[in-house]
Amino acid sequence: MKQLICGVITLLILGVAAPAHAVIKVLATTADWGALATELGGDRVNVYTATGALQDVHRVDAKPSLVARARTADLLISNGGDLEIGWLPVLVRESGNYRIQPGGPGYFEATAQVGLLEKPSQLDRSMGDIHPQGNPHVQLDPRNIAIIAKALTARLAAIDAANAAYYQQRGADFNARWAQALARWDSMAAPLKGLPVVVMHRDQVYLCHWLRLREIASIEPKPGVPPSAGYLSQLVTKLSESRARMILRNAYNDPKAANWLSERVAAPVVLLPFSVGGTPEAKDLFGLFDDTLNRLLAAIQ
Amino acid sequence: MTILKQVAASMALASVLLPAISQADDDVAALRAELDALKTDYAARLGALEARIAELDSAVSTSGAALTDAGQPSPAASSAQAASAFNPAISLILAGNYTNLSQDPESWRIAGFMPSGGEVGPGERSFNLAESELVLTANVDPYFSATLIAAITPEDEIGVEEAFFRTLSLPAGLTAKGGRFFSGVGYLNEVHAHAWDFIDQPLVYQTMLGNQMGQDGVQVKWLAPTDLFVELGAEFGNGEAFPGTRRNRNSLNGTTLFAHVGGDLGASTSWRVGASWMDLRAEDRSYEDVDDLDQAVVNAFTGDSRTWVADAVLKWAPYGSVTRQQLKLQGEYFHRKESGQLAFDVAGAGLSDTFSSEQSGWYLQSIYQFRQRWRAGLRYDSLDSGSPSIGLVDSNVLPPESFPALLAASPDRISLMLDWSPTEFSRLRAQYSWDDARDEGQRDRQFRLQYIYGIGAHSAHKY
Repeated sequence: MKQLICGVITLLILGVAAPAHAVIKVLATTADWGALATELGGDRVNVYTATGALQDVHRVDAKPSLVARARTADLLISNGGDLEIGWLPVLVRESGNYRIQPGGPGYFEATAQVGLLEKPSQLDRSMGDIHPQGNPHVQLDPRNIAIIAKALTARLAAIDAANAAYYQQRGADFNARWAQALARWDSMAAPLKGLPVVVMHRDQVYLCHWLRLREIASIEPKPGVPPSAGYLSQLVTKLSESRARMILRNAYNDPKAANWLSERVAAPVVLLPFSVGGTPEAKDLFGLFDDTLNRLLAAIQ
Repeated sequence: MTILKQVAASMALASVLLPAISQADDDVAALRAELDALKTDYAARLGALEARIAELDSAVSTSGAALTDAGQPSPAASSAQAASAFNPAISLILAGNYTNLSQDPESWRIAGFMPSGGEVGPGERSFNLAESELVLTANVDPYFSATLIAAITPEDEIGVEEAFFRTLSLPAGLTAKGGRFFSGVGYLNEVHAHAWDFIDQPLVYQTMLGNQMGQDGVQVKWLAPTDLFVELGAEFGNGEAFPGTRRNRNSLNGTTLFAHVGGDLGASTSWRVGASWMDLRAEDRSYEDVDDLDQAVVNAFTGDSRTWVADAVLKWAPYGSVTRQQLKLQGEYFHRKESGQLAFDVAGAGLSDTFSSEQSGWYLQSIYQFRQRWRAGLRYDSLDSGSPSIGLVDSNVLPPESFPALLAASPDRISLMLDWSPTEFSRLRAQYSWDDARDEGQRDRQFRLQYIYGIGAHSAHKY
C-alpha cells in the first residue's frame, strides 16, 4: 500500500512538473494539422495525431489511447466546424486537462481562422449530415493552410513564450516556402481550370474551389448518406448528358460506388490523398498538394 | 509607393553625390551618419509596409474564400439570437418497441436472486413506448459544466436519471462530478439506454444493479499523465440505489472504487479493461415472495452488500475507420457478497435471523458491423445464485421452501440482435432471446423490434 501511494504521488508530481521542462505536447485531430504543427514547431513540439488519412474523421471512437494523449497535451489542434463532434467533446471532457478546454490557450481550431464555404442557410437533418458553421474540410485549399499556419505560429509562440522567436522564424520560413509552392501549384494547375468533375462527399469542395474545378455531381446524394441504386442510375443518366472528366475519390472512401460509376460514364476514378498520409507520396503538406496535382494532371493526359 | 520612390531617389542622389564629396572627410562622415539614419528609417518603414501587405494579403484570401459563398447568403445574426445564444445544448431521444413473448411477463423473475426492484425484465407485450430521454447540457462558467438527463416514462412520469455538475479546470488530471449520476463501475453502467447494443441490459446488470446503479453523491476521477490510459475513480454517495437503500444516517453509504486501463494494439485495435468495487449498505431492502404455504409475504434484508466487477472491451476496425466495418467484443464479471439479517414476512410473522450469500454472473457479447449501417450481435448471459446461508432455515425455524426466490439456480440467456442505422441519429433493431431466467423448463422466447431516434444536438459517446 505504501509503495502504491508513493507511486501515485510520484506520478502526480511528474504530471505537474513535466510540462515545465519538456517540449510542447501537441494533440492534432487530423494528419494535416499534425503535419502543420511539425512544420511550425520543429523539435520544440512533440506531435501526436489522433486519426490517420484512411479514417473518416466524422466517425472515430473516443478510445482510451486518445483520452490519455489529451490528458497530457499542452495544445489541442482540432479541425473544428463540427468535424469531430462525435468524439472530440468526449476526449476533452474525459481528459481532465484544463489547458485544452475550448476557449483556453491550449485549444486551437483550424476552421475558426478561415472563411468557410457552404454555410447552410437552413439547418435541418433531412438535408444529411450538414455542419451549421459551413463545410469543415478546409485543408484542401492551400491558401487556407497559409492563413492557419500564421495563426498557429502565433499560438505556439503564446503558449511557449520562451521559444517564441524560434516559432516566428520557422513560421516565416514555412510561409516563404509555402508561397513559392503555391505559385508553382497555381501554374501547374492551369489545365485543370473549369474541368467538370464528380465528387464523393462534399469534402473536396475546397480543392475544387481552389483549382476552379467544376463539381457537376456528388456520389453521396446528401452529406453522409450513401447512394442508393436508384440514385446511382439517375447519376448515370445525368452524366450521359453532361460528361465528367473524372471522378474524385479520397483515400478513405469506399471505392465501390466510384468504380461502379466510372465503368458506366467513361470517366476515370482519380484517387486523391485527401490528407497527409493518404497516399505514399503525400508524406507532408507539400507532398499532399504535389501528389494531388500530379494525380489530377495525370488523369487528363 | 511614395516611400519606395523616395528611397530610390535618395539612393540615386547619394550615388551621384558620393564621388563629389569623397575629398571632404568630415562631410563624408556626416553624410554616412545621415545615410545610415535614412537606411534604418526606411528599413523600419519598409518592414511596416511589408507587414501591412501581408495582412492585406491574408484578408484578401480570406474574403476570396468567403466571396464564393455569394450563391448562398448567410443570414445575419439577429439580436433575438443573442438572447438565446447561451441556451444549453438540447437533445431528445425517442424510443419504442414491439414485444412478442412466449411466457407471461408477469411471471418473469431471475431465479435464485432477490429481485432488484429496478425496471428490469422483458417488458410488456405488444407495442410499447419506451422512455423518452431529454438531455440539457452547457458550461456554467470557466470552472463547471452542468448536465440534466431526464427520462419521461410511458407512464407519464418524469424521472431524473442524471443531474450533475462537473469541474472543467482542476489541475493534475483530476475531474470531480457531483449530483445524481450513473456510477463509473463496470463498463455498461454509465451507458444510457439509447446507446446499448441490445434492447435490454445483461441479466447480471438487471439482477445485481437493478439495470443501472446511480446515486446522489460525488465522484472524483484521476487520469494518469501516461501514454497508457490509466484512470482511477472513487464515488461517495447516499447509496440509495440497489443493492443499497436509503438510510436515515448522516454518514456516507455508497462507496465505489474503480480503475480502468486501456490502449491500442496497432492502428486497428483498441482495448480497455477495468476493475470496480462497490460497498453499499441496505436497510429493510424488501422483496415479495411466496412462502411454503403459498401465502404472499414480504421479506427484507438488512446488511452489507459488496460487489466487485471485472470488465473488458476490445474493438477492431480496419485502420480505426468505423464507417464500414467494426468488431466489438465485450464481457463483464460480477461477484457479490451480502451478509446481515433477513427478516421473514415483515408484516406478519416478523421472524429475523442471519443471512449471507455469495453470488456471481457474467455476460459476453460481440457486435459485428458487417457493412455500412448494418450490425449483428450475439450475447450470452449466465448467473450463479449459489446457496445462501439463511439463519431461519439453518436453525430449522422455517423450511427452505419458505424462500423460493432464494433457491439455488443458474439462469442464463442467449440473445441475437440485428440493427440498421441509416444515420447516426436513427436506428431500427430486431432482437431474439432464449431467456432461461425463470426456473428450469420455463424458457421464454422473446422477439422484439425497437426504434431509437435522436434529435437536437449531436451527441458524443464514450468509448
